[in-house]
Amino acid sequence: MIPERLVTIGAVAGLLAVALGAWALGEIFTITLATRAAILALAATGLNIALGYGGLVSLGHAAFFGLGGYAMGILAFHAQSYTPLELGSLTIEGTKSMPVIWLVAVCVSALAAWVIGLLSLRTGGVYFIMITLAFGQMFYYFAISWSAYGGEDGLPIYLRNSFPGVDTLVPVQFFGLCFAALVLALLLSARLRSAPLGLALNAARQSPARVAAVGISPTRVKLVAFVISGAITGLAGALYADLNRFVSPAMFSWQLSGELIVLVILGGVGRLAGPVIGACLFVTLEHWLGGLTDFWHVWLGAILLGVVLFARGGIVGLLTGKAGPHV
Amino acid sequence: MSRLLHIEGLQAGYGAVPVLFDVSLDLAPGQVLALMGRNGMGKSTTIKSICRMIPSQGTLRFDGRDLHALPSHRAARLGLGLVPEGRRCFAGLTVLENLAAAARPGPWSRAAVGRLFPRLTERGTQLAASLSGGEQQMLAIGRALMTNPRLLILDEATEGLAPLVRAEIWDAIAELKGAGQSILIVDKSLRDLRKLADSAVILERGRSVWSGPMRGLDDDTAHRLLGV
Repeated sequence: MIPERLVTIGAVAGLLAVALGAWALGEIFTITLATRAAILALAATGLNIALGYGGLVSLGHAAFFGLGGYAMGILAFHAQSYTPLELGSLTIEGTKSMPVIWLVAVCVSALAAWVIGLLSLRTGGVYFIMITLAFGQMFYYFAISWSAYGGEDGLPIYLRNSFPGVDTLVPVQFFGLCFAALVLALLLSARLRSAPLGLALNAARQSPARVAAVGISPTRVKLVAFVISGAITGLAGALYADLNRFVSPAMFSWQLSGELIVLVILGGVGRLAGPVIGACLFVTLEHWLGGLTDFWHVWLGAILLGVVLFARGGIVGLLTGKAGPHV
Repeated sequence: MSRLLHIEGLQAGYGAVPVLFDVSLDLAPGQVLALMGRNGMGKSTTIKSICRMIPSQGTLRFDGRDLHALPSHRAARLGLGLVPEGRRCFAGLTVLENLAAAARPGPWSRAAVGRLFPRLTERGTQLAASLSGGEQQMLAIGRALMTNPRLLILDEATEGLAPLVRAEIWDAIAELKGAGQSILIVDKSLRDLRKLADSAVILERGRSVWSGPMRGLDDDTAHRLLGV
């Protein structure tokens, strides 16, 4: 059996190798697929902090993904149309600068996660799932009816945003940015897992009353984790919008929340490499099976069933020979 | 007399079922108080009330502060270190992670807990679930000590353990007492409690029916109230 550390390094290196190999061979489309996988892995890495470490089954993470996407869409829209963004008496200039957009995306999703977490963490189990779902749907329907930014049709952004020193229109360079964000998120996630907050979160998943008995508020620990989780998924949303140069209410859809959960389960709940392997597998299947049949989701469903029944702990669990944490 | 823990007329229960009717006890700093009584008389319910795990009425003060106003984790932060009945370590964390998760500033560190229970150091990277019952008990005590409690609360800390392991736990508790640790202890072994505790409170059907210095507890009373 392979140590988990090696699985993580292998998964990340594998993704990088695919992108660099495709670059060397001039396979632009494969680089785009790898970029998509890196961004979905980033979003799922965020979800994994809530779902895997904290046992918080959130069916509303698309809300953060979409907020990140719309943060990018709205700022870039105002920049490309040379109109200021009016928020009451406050006037903000649009921007095409990725670092600024990322910062806004992270802050907005973190704030939303704080509010949603504050309300939904008062519940647990199936109620938590339903409340997070309800919040996600609220954003979805709001985006559909928000005609100023395209409503149901979405909002195209004609040029990819800029990053100092990087030509973001070159696919491999944009991949590099997304990959770097993924690696940073994985390092943060690893650090968090072994930090006192991560330990308390893990313990709170197992027994909230015992955590309270050692002087830690389980709700607060979960809230902090939920905010970090939402912020990372929000960043992924901003990158995803830049990859497609398009944002639409579909980024808020509950199907997307579900897909993120599927990614994490496929790869391995609570495992560092879980979201990465899950996202790579998902994108590969989507491309390969999707080319064979329009009904590729059926096969994805069968694979997910197989993983849940026979490989507890997902692909990472299979490779390391250890079942994941119980959620 | 200065009191660390002051309970008077405490009432509590589970839903509609009252369990405690009138419990009173006082614990001075540095003292070891034994809370005794037969099964089902309200010992664990008293402890759950102190740690704010169930609602209760009456006077419940820790270092002069009303515990009733606080949620469980805030009460713990005031300095209540609970070693729960049935140990309840965080099974999915390693020994060292269990200790780190509970750590609060003070003299108790992982090194200090390791000196009290050398076995925990040996088992440092093992999952808590893989420990023996005695080792889990040591870990539960270690975890409570890591919060640097002003009052250590031991609920049935030696229950279900082999005699040799029990002796080891009793030695550790005696060592804590020697270092001036205030302790509230629930245990079935009157023999061991007599050696260790300064005073005792005996519960019967949710009421404190006897309290006083440990040496004042004569065999007849013990037999009548505890059945030993």
